[in-house]
Amino acid sequence: MTTDVLSAPAGSSGLWARLVAGRALPIAVVSAVVIVLWYLGAIWLNTPLQIDAFERQGVAWSRADLVRATLAQERPLLPAPHQILAEMKKTIIDTRITSKRSLVHHSWVTLSSTLLGFAIGTALGVLLATGIVHLRTLDKSLMPWVISSQTIPILAIAPMIVVVLGAIGLKGLVPKAIISTYLCFFPVTIGMVKGLRSPDPLQLDLMRTYCASGWQTFWKLRWPSSMPFLFASLKVAIAISLVGAIVGELPTGAQAGLGARLLAGSYYGQTIQIWSALITAAILAACMVALVGVGERLVLRRMGLRR
Amino acid sequence: MAPDGKGLAPQESPDRESPDRESPDWAAAPEGATRPRVVEARSLSLTFETADGPVYALSDVDLDVERGDFVSFIGPSGCGKTTMLRVIADLEQPSEGRITVNGVSPHEARLNRDYGYVFQAPALYPWRNIERNVALPLEIMGVPAAERREKVRSHLELVNLAGFEKKFPWQLSGGMQQRVSIARALCFEPNLLLMDEPFGALDEIVRDHLNEQLLRLWAKTGKTVIFVTHSIPEAVFLSNRIVVMSPRPGRIIDVIETDFPTDRDLDFRETADFLEVAHRVREGLRAGHSYDD
Ligand SMILES: Nc1ncnc2c1ncn2[C@@H]1O[C@H](COP(=O)(O)OP(=O)(O)OP(=O)(O)O)[C@@H](O)[C@H]1O
Ligand SMILES: [Mg+2]
Repeated sequence: MTTDVLSAPAGSSGLWARLVAGRALPIAVVSAVVIVLWYLGAIWLNTPLQIDAFERQGVAWSRADLVRATLAQERPLLPAPHQILAEMKKTIIDTRITSKRSLVHHSWVTLSSTLLGFAIGTALGVLLATGIVHLRTLDKSLMPWVISSQTIPILAIAPMIVVVLGAIGLKGLVPKAIISTYLCFFPVTIGMVKGLRSPDPLQLDLMRTYCASGWQTFWKLRWPSSMPFLFASLKVAIAISLVGAIVGELPTGAQAGLGARLLAGSYYGQTIQIWSALITAAILAACMVALVGVGERLVLRRMGLRR
Repeated sequence: MAPDGKGLAPQESPDRESPDRESPDWAAAPEGATRPRVVEARSLSLTFETADGPVYALSDVDLDVERGDFVSFIGPSGCGKTTMLRVIADLEQPSEGRITVNGVSPHEARLNRDYGYVFQAPALYPWRNIERNVALPLEIMGVPAAERREKVRSHLELVNLAGFEKKFPWQLSGGMQQRVSIARALCFEPNLLLMDEPFGALDEIVRDHLNEQLLRLWAKTGKTVIFVTHSIPEAVFLSNRIVVMSPRPGRIIDVIETDFPTDRDLDFRETADFLEVAHRVREGLRAGHSYDD
């Protein structure tokens, strides 16, 4: 079968061509540049402290010694990538999930309140948008509040939420989720107001000629036309929902969660621990945004909307 | 091809449907009227209050449309043709005068789902495939699924789109999309069809083809059609009554009744009768314009 023989390399070279032409190559190049700059930065920033250390110990050191030492400090100003990776491997893979030191454990604590807050925030956002689109009075009365809610820095309001909810007996997951909700209902509301208003006048007139009920107009026209807007908002919402959960862990002196790890790390100057928590949070956010993207593609493809 | 293509004389065509054709005063209710009125408008005016002052879209319009009529509105851009159609469809409220549709107010007619409206653009829902786009009014009107399928099938066949059920709007050409929107307007079988420049965006060839199809459809189903167009040949070819409108404020300046055979084809546009009517329409439009200056 010559065709089979021929098609296989053609297929793989096609894949290669796609990689080169596609996003893989640019991403690899940018990543490489970032890593190189990071190493240079680490050496540069950690050098003064290292020289001090050498002098205190009274040892003779060469330039190579200095570079090697700056990349292996216990509490560097800026940890090198491999140090962070080693710490992440230790706390994610080598530590039992049930242990207090496991980053998986901490990530889950943060993730659960992120997801809870995201779910509530999305529901709230959709609900508000639906009201705003359908009731003129709500549009006038609610919209200013929705917008001004986001002008207050979350760092200022987070401790108050935690304290107030703590006073009525709500601790742990819920206050953090509420902070996530507070952040993430906003993009959903704004996006959905736009989305639910996106049908053009002709599409709406069509519904009127059929004498469709408000309910039918909503489900058969407004809701489907808002889907692209919903998913765009959800991508923002899930990312800031994670930010909300982490910020919510800071003022409480929480025992667990990525925020708690950040806080503990900064108390004890454990920069490697801080950075590994940060990187973990970033990876978590990227994964969740990607997941929303997958959902988006599935839904929009089912709706026959080209991308 | 009609076997008697050139030998057709419109005067010979039997007057079976229109005993009152000779009546010159089309607006007054003719004594011998046998067909029920579908639209009856009396001194209808509509003024849009805009930020830049009032826009007089319609002024003192009298109109009668009888069952089975194919009425075309023709006039310069902005003269109020769409507005007239939207008033009939209860999408716009007249500021003065009165109008009935099927003997009741436009609002009640809309509640009765008396008419199908074909907009200037196809206005298909992009997330629905062709089948589900056509089924939309049926879904809204609560038609059972089995009946829905059958109606969608037969109406897609009617507009020559059988086999495209599962395609999405963007996979169809503009002309096909417009035919889908016609099928959608027809599928719940309204007796009145309102069409606003349905073929305006199409090229001449496709337009000719759709004109022929529409004419056949009209002859076959006996529906009442109110049709808006910019094109003189289109208006003359399709209609048995042509309403010529003047620029703003939209007034009716001429109503031309034709009596062409219903089985006319595109070649009919070469005949003297056709050209004569077309000439009269053009004169009317010109008169309207000079009035404006
Ligand atoms: N909602 C509206 N508000 C204000 N003015 C309007 C509105 N709709 C239409 N008009 C004005 O009314 C006039 C008639 O508009 P209409 O759409 O009926 O014209 P038309 O004859 O359909 O034109 P065309 O052939 O270009 O479609 C125009 O001058 C237009 O500017
Ligand atoms: Mg128009």
